[in-house]
Amino acid sequence: MKLFGRDKDTSGEILSGGESAIANKEVEGLSQGQIVRRRFFRHRGAVIALFVLTTLIVFVISALDTKIGAVRIPGWWKWTVEDIPELRYEDCPGGTTGCPTLSLNPSGAFGLGKHPFGQDDIGRDYFALVMNGARRSLMIMFVIGAVSGFIGVVVGSIAGFYGKRVDAVLMRLVDFIQTVPGIIIAAVIGKAAGRVGPLFLALFLGLLGWTGLARLVRAQFLSLREMEFVDAARVAGASNVRITFKHILPNAIGQIIVIITLIMAGAILTETALSYLGFGVVAPDVSLGLLISQYESAFTTRPFLFWWPGFFIITIALCVNFIGDGLRDAFDPRQRRRITKKDRLRAKVDVKAGP
Amino acid sequence: MLSYIMRRIGVSIVILFGSSFLVFNLAAYASDPLAELRLSSDDGARQQIIALTRDLNLDVPPPLRYFLWLKGVLGLFVGNLNLGMTREASSVQEELAYAIPVTLRLVLVATFTALILGMAFGIISALRQYSRFDYGMTFLAFLLYSLPIFWIAVLLKEFMAIQFNNFLGDPDIPTLWMVLASTFTGVFWGALFGGERKRFWSIFAGAFATNFLLLWAIDLTDWYLNPGLGPILVGLLSGGLAIGVTSISTGVENKPARNAALSMAALAFLSYYPAQWVFNNFGSYLTIFLLIVLIVLTGITLSRIFSRIDRGPIARTAIITGILSGFLILTDRVMQSWSGYMATDAVNGRPVPTYGQRKDQLVTDDFWLNNLDIISHLVLPTLALILISLAGWIRYTRGSLLEVLNQDYIRTARAKGLNERTVVTRHAFRNMMLPLSSLFVGEVLGLISGAVITERVFGWQGMGTLGIKAINSYDLNLLMGVNLLLSILVVMGNLIADLLYSVLDPRIRLGK
Repeated sequence: MKLFGRDKDTSGEILSGGESAIANKEVEGLSQGQIVRRRFFRHRGAVIALFVLTTLIVFVISALDTKIGAVRIPGWWKWTVEDIPELRYEDCPGGTTGCPTLSLNPSGAFGLGKHPFGQDDIGRDYFALVMNGARRSLMIMFVIGAVSGFIGVVVGSIAGFYGKRVDAVLMRLVDFIQTVPGIIIAAVIGKAAGRVGPLFLALFLGLLGWTGLARLVRAQFLSLREMEFVDAARVAGASNVRITFKHILPNAIGQIIVIITLIMAGAILTETALSYLGFGVVAPDVSLGLLISQYESAFTTRPFLFWWPGFFIITIALCVNFIGDGLRDAFDPRQRRRITKKDRLRAKVDVKAGP
Repeated sequence: MLSYIMRRIGVSIVILFGSSFLVFNLAAYASDPLAELRLSSDDGARQQIIALTRDLNLDVPPPLRYFLWLKGVLGLFVGNLNLGMTREASSVQEELAYAIPVTLRLVLVATFTALILGMAFGIISALRQYSRFDYGMTFLAFLLYSLPIFWIAVLLKEFMAIQFNNFLGDPDIPTLWMVLASTFTGVFWGALFGGERKRFWSIFAGAFATNFLLLWAIDLTDWYLNPGLGPILVGLLSGGLAIGVTSISTGVENKPARNAALSMAALAFLSYYPAQWVFNNFGSYLTIFLLIVLIVLTGITLSRIFSRIDRGPIARTAIITGILSGFLILTDRVMQSWSGYMATDAVNGRPVPTYGQRKDQLVTDDFWLNNLDIISHLVLPTLALILISLAGWIRYTRGSLLEVLNQDYIRTARAKGLNERTVVTRHAFRNMMLPLSSLFVGEVLGLISGAVITERVFGWQGMGTLGIKAINSYDLNLLMGVNLLLSILVVMGNLIADLLYSVLDPRIRLGK
């Protein structure tokens, strides 16, 4: 996808037979996976987003120490959240404390300095805090995506596959959960779960977010189970489990992945919003939303305490959204690449050259 | 149809019972309203525990206590609604009655503004698919999707309120800002109308120059300290609106419609001073309503004067022009109160508030000052809500219109020689609205959760604040009150969405 600018000659034209021939020629002899991959990598925004997000995740996770059981993998950043180094007073504007030392001025003092993102009220390194918060938020995002995705697919598949009474009961359950005002129940649970820890918060939020996905999976199953290839599989003696996993789910996987990315993009915003309101991750734990809420009043004097967490939230959410858009385009069978002037010239040359 | 509605309402009531039961028990088991008091060794604390236990029936286990609460709710049918008491021993109904209009004001204004703006951007971006404007809008939508509302609200508070108030203390627009703002406007309009590179740059230059001159004039005259449009500007803008509305509604080549709209604009210009007199002496909502009726009647009369046939579209064009011009005059009148509002003690030269939904210190009978106060408090929270809900509308509208434009009936309409305006406004626009109508309810409900957070940032005393307070202080009755209202909204909203869909689309029959 071209982000800016357009090809003058194709705008507003209707795809004619000749053009669809060009589009079809492109996917000749490729497997479904190859076509999807190709389409995805043509979406420039999605590829950039994928690159940025991967880099960001590696960067954030490797910055601080990681504990897996008794094993401790040291991070590359010199401070941790527990350290309380001395507050910096020198060369901060207007008598504030702990201002950031990050300098991007290439002629002057270019470099990270001691505390690139500054320090908080008591002197903790803000870079370490933000990294820790981003870690929490990423973890919560993936857990919500996984839990909602799992429940949504299971409930949707069962409802769609068995139909009739099972379907009716499960869909009423979906209606029911959708009626409960999400923000209230999330806040009630968050208030209680915040004491238990962020992992539980993520699990609980995951339990609320699967309804849309379940509806979609059910609809896919209802239409796919009537297909001839399913009948063929059943005649050949395939079990219900085999039909579900080998024949139906692979055909629905595209839409499922897209919805899960949307759930994840929404999840990081929900988590930060809840933490901001005080019903999500609570101190002494750190989350991006919590950091913003804690330093909201310091905005006028020390805006850096506010900018950095917000920057990370937006970057993560934006990347996930763009990847979701790229996946949607890649999995959409109706999606055709816009035929550019170059394609048409190439097709002409091919026709002239002959087989 | 009626039996379908009755059945749906029946199912909704069952769902309401179920969901309120679930929330009640969840909240009751997840929180202990007496926890803090139990830890206290104070003698008064024990008294309080006893009193609270008695008042809130805390000795009854939650599943049974739910039915005590339900009895109060069902009292609605015998005219004796009782939602219980809050912890501060005030009535939950009263708290809600105070909070509902506040939230409603916020949500309604934001919804409709976002709807109109988002649909306009979405339609243009679909009609100019793969243009600069389209890519710009797509990117903007993604960016807005990814913005946390509390973050954008705090930013708005800092830059649009605090810094803007500082700016009003010493108003002077730096040249750099003028250049930047003008460049932005130029790029926007260039991308909107531009096609070929040459056209883009000529439109860019025009928009840039206009905007720069406008800002320069504003800066020179200190317009923002004493704003207003004046009769001449109102007249010119109304004329422009008349041409614009006609070209969208019927096409400028329709002579009677054009004449009717232009006469309406002329009438608006002529009625500028009479309107001032009316506004100054009879400023009230009733007056505004009567004026709208007057505009509608005038529009119908104009259509009868200018045409003998096909009067409907002509009357419509004239009425829309009239209402928009009337809105200009009304805006002008509100603007005239600005300097008076700035000078009051409550405002004291810092007009954009950061906290609350009204200024309590502002005590005045002046209809215009009161409204200006409401508007100035409304602007920033509404802007935050608009920003987050705009993205959805842009994407839905664009997708829906593109889907419709690929249909066979659009090709047929084009093939039989209709012009593009008719194809888009008559054939495409109406069909595009169908899927949007079912999304509308969901969007409004999403906006309510956004409003909860916005209220907290801007310190509004609405439903969201009540809900947060209820959860923080473990106030079960208050929480259930808020929850009940929101669930009723959700259930009603879904019902209305389904009914709306079947009314708009005759292909859909409900109840089968």
